[in-house]
Amino acid sequence: MMEKVKFGIVVFPGSNCDHDAEYVAGTIMQQEARPIWHKDSSLGDVDVVILPGGFSYGDYLRCGAIARFSPIMKEVVSFAKRGGLVLGICNGFQILTEVGLLPGVLLRNSSLRFVCKYVNIQVVNNETSFTSACRSGEVLEIPVAHGDGNYFADEGTLRRLVDDNRVVFKYCTPEGEVTEGANPNGAQLNIAGIVNESGNVLGMMPHPERASDPTLHHTDGRKIFESVIQSFTGIERTMESISMQRR
Amino acid sequence: MFVSRITVTLRKSILDPQGKAVEHGIHSLGYEAVEDVRIGKFIELSVDAPSRKEAEQVTRDVCQKLLANPVMEDYSFEVEELKQA
Repeated sequence: MMEKVKFGIVVFPGSNCDHDAEYVAGTIMQQEARPIWHKDSSLGDVDVVILPGGFSYGDYLRCGAIARFSPIMKEVVSFAKRGGLVLGICNGFQILTEVGLLPGVLLRNSSLRFVCKYVNIQVVNNETSFTSACRSGEVLEIPVAHGDGNYFADEGTLRRLVDDNRVVFKYCTPEGEVTEGANPNGAQLNIAGIVNESGNVLGMMPHPERASDPTLHHTDGRKIFESVIQSFTGIERTMESISMQRR
Repeated sequence: MFVSRITVTLRKSILDPQGKAVEHGIHSLGYEAVEDVRIGKFIELSVDAPSRKEAEQVTRDVCQKLLANPVMEDYSFEVEELKQA
């Protein structure tokens, strides 16, 4: 039997999507999922770390600004530096930029309104551990819920992100066109998600965990979880075929 | 004892939608002379430092490390010495 992938979901004071992420990873995807308290000084034995959505520390000062000083964040940073998979969703994305694992920042939505609705995002890069189960250019329907999702980076950083194919998701129309009208928050280049240089840290504003349970009729978010799981089971398959060859 | 008064604002190159909304409000009041409204944060720190220079250094450090995010914000501050009564 295939070993289960171990998801650790960091819980900050003010996180509110932690249970959803745990439920999807554990119950829907049938993997191991457990919460990790922000005051813990060890991640324990995990394969993937999720920084969930919510309002860590009440979003005081700036979104994610205080959460990055939580004791567990030192471990998350060193886990990421060792190549461990880290998925930051919404507030988790904001925390990843504040802690310096991802470039840029999430500004207040250009409309000044909290936006809570289904959006379409285009999979710009399907060669990451988080998107390998998607087709290139595939359009996913996943909800957003945020007041500060307006991605901003200076010109040089933006150019590097594009040149290195690190823009993973862009807001688009249902037909896959990247237009201003499809942009819910004013993000530069319609950016909805990016990865770090080595591709093991993803930050995204949409909530895949809210579009994974078939009961809710939207399951596009599952593809993110499936990709992550495949990135481990795929390795296992490779190992199996290697040992088969030896025989 | 010193008091640091810090102002954090969005960098000039970044559109400040909150400032724009308030600017519209001011214009609705009839004050057409007002232009370019920027909204920021005001932060006051009491700093127990032996000298003004050190109080300024502490203030600068916390601005850079926490109070302002250099990707999107600028900060400025003034330090005032509190005279003991």
